[in-house]
Amino acid sequence: MERKIGETLLGVEHISLSFGGVKALTDISFNIREKEVFAIIGPNGAGKTSMLNVINGFYHPQQGEIHFKGLHRKQMRPHEAAVQGIARTFQNVALFKGMSTLNNIMAGRNLKMKTNLFWQALYYGPARTEEMINREYVEDIIDFLEIQAIRRTPVGKLPYGLQKRVELGRALAMDPELLLLDEPMAGMNIEEKQDMCRFIIDINEQYGTTIVLIEHDMGVVMDLSERLIVLDYGRKIAEGTPDEIRGNQVVIDAYLGVAHTN
Amino acid sequence: MFYREAGQFKTTYISDQELFPVKQDRWGILLIIGFSFIVIPLIANDYWLQAILIPFLIFSLAALGLNILTGYAGQLSLGTGGFMAVGAYSCYKLVTIFPETNVILLILVSGFFSAGIGLIFGIPSLKIKGFYLAVATLAAQFFFEWLFGRVKWFYNYNDSGAIEVPVRKFFDIAVTGPIATAQTRYVVVLCIVTFLALIAVNIVRGRIGRAWMAIRDMDIAAELIGIRPLTTKLIAFAISSYYAGVAGALFVFAYLGSAEVEVFDINISFEILFMIIIGGLGSISGAFLGAAFIVLIPILITNLPRMLGMPINAATVEHFNFMILGALIVLFLIFEPHGLAKIWTIMREKLRVWPFPY
Amino acid sequence: MIFIQPFFDMVGDPVLFLQVIWEGFVTGILYSLIAFGFVLIFKASGVFNFAQGIMVVFAALTLVGLHEAGVSAFVALPATILVMYVLAFSVERLVLRSLVNQPDIILFMATIGLTFFLIGFGEFIFGGEPKMMITEELLLPYDSITFFDDMLILQEIDIAASIIAALSLVFLALFLGKTKIGIALRAVADDHQAALSVGISLNTIWVVVWFISGVIALITGIMWGAKSDVSFALSIIALKALPVLILGGFTSVRGAIVGGLIIGIGEKIGEFYWGGLVGGSIEGWLAYMIALFFLFFRPQGLFGEKIIERV
Repeated sequence: MERKIGETLLGVEHISLSFGGVKALTDISFNIREKEVFAIIGPNGAGKTSMLNVINGFYHPQQGEIHFKGLHRKQMRPHEAAVQGIARTFQNVALFKGMSTLNNIMAGRNLKMKTNLFWQALYYGPARTEEMINREYVEDIIDFLEIQAIRRTPVGKLPYGLQKRVELGRALAMDPELLLLDEPMAGMNIEEKQDMCRFIIDINEQYGTTIVLIEHDMGVVMDLSERLIVLDYGRKIAEGTPDEIRGNQVVIDAYLGVAHTN
Repeated sequence: MFYREAGQFKTTYISDQELFPVKQDRWGILLIIGFSFIVIPLIANDYWLQAILIPFLIFSLAALGLNILTGYAGQLSLGTGGFMAVGAYSCYKLVTIFPETNVILLILVSGFFSAGIGLIFGIPSLKIKGFYLAVATLAAQFFFEWLFGRVKWFYNYNDSGAIEVPVRKFFDIAVTGPIATAQTRYVVVLCIVTFLALIAVNIVRGRIGRAWMAIRDMDIAAELIGIRPLTTKLIAFAISSYYAGVAGALFVFAYLGSAEVEVFDINISFEILFMIIIGGLGSISGAFLGAAFIVLIPILITNLPRMLGMPINAATVEHFNFMILGALIVLFLIFEPHGLAKIWTIMREKLRVWPFPY
Repeated sequence: MIFIQPFFDMVGDPVLFLQVIWEGFVTGILYSLIAFGFVLIFKASGVFNFAQGIMVVFAALTLVGLHEAGVSAFVALPATILVMYVLAFSVERLVLRSLVNQPDIILFMATIGLTFFLIGFGEFIFGGEPKMMITEELLLPYDSITFFDDMLILQEIDIAASIIAALSLVFLALFLGKTKIGIALRAVADDHQAALSVGISLNTIWVVVWFISGVIALITGIMWGAKSDVSFALSIIALKALPVLILGGFTSVRGAIVGGLIIGIGEKIGEFYWGGLVGGSIEGWLAYMIALFFLFFRPQGLFGEKIIERV
């Protein structure tokens, strides 16, 4: 499928976020374009996860606006963000530990499933048909992520690498336009990372999903992303293509911990 | 040897998601249902029906309701007794205000009053979690205990303060009231409980069941994938209270025959909580297993010593009841928090490979 | 309308109003003491130990039981504390420790199971009939003082109970706040690992916790038992601690005090002035409704720590 980078999908304008006295984000602005793979990097504590949380509607910024698909919003509940087409994975895997892989991913389809209580109680009829349609959709994702064998395993029993994959599956099940990945490769070995990279590239190319990635592995970031921004202490200190960022002295200083003069 | 899945391949998603994919299970369940509906009414004596089977079924229904709320949706409730009372007293008022209407219909309708109350007491669940929510349910428990004891309208200004079940017929057979036979009452209860249990099973394996479990396991993540926490919790409260309400109505109308509000006090709330803990949180069969267990224990404690030739008095029976129950709760929570249902599943796993050890 | 009338009643007969407030205060202080027991265990172990309520009853029963068996009152006191210590120790070792990594709800339900066990066990040992607290033998007063021409009657036992309870609470608050061990206890409550790494001995802390909880259970048992009988109905009092803890937060001593007083006084005023209008005996649920009302505005209680969710 031809992948064309399109118009601005998500615009972040002058976002500032604080908790009590602590400023997590200060005056951040950037754009993400359709079908792009975009990365947010920076040293620990720079505010990357907070930024994702703002996009998700989980944190509400004190200042600034977000527009998504052309609509402006200041406050959005996480549920609305999901319905609008924003999905994400989490730094600490946020799977439903009491359910199986299949049910976790099926849970991602919940917002697309509409049959009411009466039909659910009956099961036979529209509810079952809807269940089967969605089951097929989820099975495609399971095939794509090569996790057929662990379909029925309770996710609490899975190794960390597989859990992250299931979480990715759950996010995909939401059929998102924008996928936020918070350190999807953390704690993985080389093979697992290669698999994950392959999935991310495939998702972007086959499904046309726009991806925002937080990642610490610079090799991965430089290979996967088309553009990125660098955060440090809640501020944006650089923006550009991987090549531009690689040589940027300010970025290098931030990572090495050189003191700022502001 | 006997319990093998070999040769049973599922070729469609529909068959994969059947309730009892293993053929032997399906036969087992049909056998149990057939036995319950046909054989038991014919052969069981009154004692078994009145003292064991009828209360077992009614408690299973209440436990089912609580398991939906606490086991599946993760909202701890200590107010089951209160919701049962709402069902029982609504039923009583309905039956006395509409003497011509079918009593079974009225029993099923009275559940909706409980459901409504459940919705109201579920509203705090948006902001309040864990034991704070349990305290809200305690408010319901104590409030309704008081309401039905003090506001005379609810017991039709009876001098005794108790509600008496009047005779009502269904196709000329007395279904409630002093002349209704144990067999008739058993069949009525069995039909209602089976029907509601089937509905519960269906709801739980669909999107609503998954939404409940998601909220239970990590409500923040659930919200972030598009599940509405308040709606999901409220549905759990409503359905759970409906089941508790019908159970309460059946408790008075098909089991006790007459009751004062004290039968729905905090002790019954704890009893039902214990049923789902022992039976298995988040499991439909667990509700039945737990109810059976707890209904049978006092009977065992009373009869076992007598059979062994060492009769013990009633007060001691109650003391031992409490001790054994309490100890079992602690032991189950330590060693098998998924209760008897999990133990049963493990046994079936072993049965699959029997006679080999693994 | 009729619901406003009670306000006029209050102003119209201020001495009576004072009497009601006094009754509420006494009950409230005792609620605070029970709540403190819960707070202590919660702070030290993170567990809401439902069985604290039954501990109070156990303490009272043990004291009376020992006395009936011929032990003199002032010897029975330390003996009871010893028994309570052993009980608390066993509960922690056998039950709480085995459930260390389970979610809070599971722990809470386990303590409910424990309570049931202890009720059965206690009734088995001590018998189910209510007993009288040995107030005379403990040299507690039982007369009454009156003010305002006999319009305001204060039972001396109530005064004694309030003073003892208040002193205990102040002492305990100071202990937790100022002494080395008290601070160590709070450290343990916050983070076991960190506390260990700065050299705090967990075992010493636990010994202190059990000892204190035993003493509190005994004091509470004596005071409650002096006001009403000693029987297992007292364990329902444990449930009353819940609204107090909701108001005051599960981790705050100040909260337990303020919460206890608010609930105690609120209940009494509600019952006395409005209870009759709706059929009486609303004390059974009023506390919970008050707590529920507060929860809407501050889900973490008046003094509790605000829970910040992180993803």
